[in-house]
Amino acid sequence: MTQSLNARNVVVVLVITGLALLPLYSSISGNIFVLTLFTRIVIFALAAVSLNLIMGYGGMMSFGHAAYLGIGGYAVGILAFEGIGSGFIQWPVALLASALFALVIGSLSLRTRGVYFIMITLAFAQMAYYIASGLARYGGDDGLTIYKRSDFGGLVNLSNRVQFYYVCLGCLFAGIYLVWRIVNSRFGLVVQGVRSNEQRMQAIGFHANRYRLVCFVIAGTMCGLAGALLATNTDFVSPSIMYWTRSGDLMVMVILGGMGSLFGPVIGTIVFLVLEESLSQITEFWALIMGPLLLLIVLFGRGGIDGWLGRLRRG
Amino acid sequence: MVEALLSVKNLYRRFGGIVATDDLSLDVPRGELHAIIGPNGAGKTTLISQLTGQLLPNTGTIHFAGQDVTRLPAYRRSALGLARSFQITSLLKDFTAVDNVALAAQAHDGHSFRFWGKARAEPHLRKAAMAALERVGLGPRADAVVSELSHGEQRELELAVALAAKPQMLVLDEPMAGLGVTESARMVKLLQELRREVTIVLVEHDMDAVFALADRITVLVYGRVIACDVPAGIRQNAEVRRAYLGDQQVAGHG
Repeated sequence: MTQSLNARNVVVVLVITGLALLPLYSSISGNIFVLTLFTRIVIFALAAVSLNLIMGYGGMMSFGHAAYLGIGGYAVGILAFEGIGSGFIQWPVALLASALFALVIGSLSLRTRGVYFIMITLAFAQMAYYIASGLARYGGDDGLTIYKRSDFGGLVNLSNRVQFYYVCLGCLFAGIYLVWRIVNSRFGLVVQGVRSNEQRMQAIGFHANRYRLVCFVIAGTMCGLAGALLATNTDFVSPSIMYWTRSGDLMVMVILGGMGSLFGPVIGTIVFLVLEESLSQITEFWALIMGPLLLLIVLFGRGGIDGWLGRLRRG
Repeated sequence: MVEALLSVKNLYRRFGGIVATDDLSLDVPRGELHAIIGPNGAGKTTLISQLTGQLLPNTGTIHFAGQDVTRLPAYRRSALGLARSFQITSLLKDFTAVDNVALAAQAHDGHSFRFWGKARAEPHLRKAAMAALERVGLGPRADAVVSELSHGEQRELELAVALAAKPQMLVLDEPMAGLGVTESARMVKLLQELRREVTIVLVEHDMDAVFALADRITVLVYGRVIACDVPAGIRQNAEVRRAYLGDQQVAGHG
């Protein structure tokens, strides 16, 4: 009983319920802004959940995760620009492109460890950024406007605010469920074992890097989906979507919420983006408050917010 | 003579100017418990790292079960039935004891690209893990996280992990390191039982244990084999006495 009633689970249930009922609140109160904000939050939460899979469970500190946001986004944007409007083509292409990119940079960067891995993933993401900046046909630096959202026939209308929100939320919940299944599967145990002690895993017979690479590709693909959603949400995609500070934001969201916790990244993303939003309304120097605040949370709340919630029960 | 399970020929490994393994040859027939002793820095751990694939030799060959494994990575050798324990305990510290062992069982039960089912709920993996834990006397501690286990228990867990792979050969790097008297005695008893089932290469500093257990002993000094004989022969070997054992200690065993 105490297991199911701890602070962490209460918060998780509250967040899930809140996210599910948000459009209702928005339409009753007439507050459209909150729906817009939370659509963005849900999309970034999906990206953070995917990063958590490799960073929290896999121990791979990727500093280039925003690259997949860009690849997913550009896949949708470019296809729309070229007149291919069907979501049944756009979205699979977005996922496939992200998976391929993850496969290539993963197989190169997973040869390295520690700081080198961080730097090489960062370098690849920056390469993607500069390539996108060079795509003159697709707006280059200025980015690419998406005039028509993906067409899913009669299935779902992405131009409808509420429907789109629920599509994003569905993707987020599906992503969390997927991660949950993965981390408890044979595959997931191997990946976590490699994080804990790679040499040992090799010695008992696992080809560690093969598992790490597959995990890397799964996370990249999931983040590519978030990229497609993000571009749809803003009807716009530009290179800045994959700038290195964006990758940094994603890392902060994960660490803030709690690495290696299933729901932590969602909470981290909510706190991060709500803080950013509300502080930036108070002052234009919001980053001056936000920075130290995040520092404090990370310094004193080991395991992020999720870890802190977990300790509440005992304290 | 039956072909040796493990056959090392002219192995040579250098670190910069230091020769850690110097033209070393060694045969271990199936069923033998072969001890490797030598003073600190003799290259014992370097040797077994080459046997199990954590380290590659500069020249020379290693054959295991009739196959050339000289250049095979560690995980492939493990698949062939070559399991090792580490001198400095090397476990998954944030996993439970039973998870540590179950992963070893999983490694030898088909591939692990299974993303959906709950691995911890697979009965045959759990059963194999529990059997290995019981074997080393850790059954009651199965659900303890490794970092909460005592040093002695961690040494036993190392052994359980190696056993779970159902290996043809166990390579044990100082399983008694840091153990108390009673724990050591328990480990010796355990190895006495295990030797009936599996070929063992044992690196150990505890001379009582080595002389009680070994069928044959290889003595290493500066990466070279200076003697390889049955325990009685090693006791009598003048060169070994000079280089390693010291006359006093040998007298004690004589």
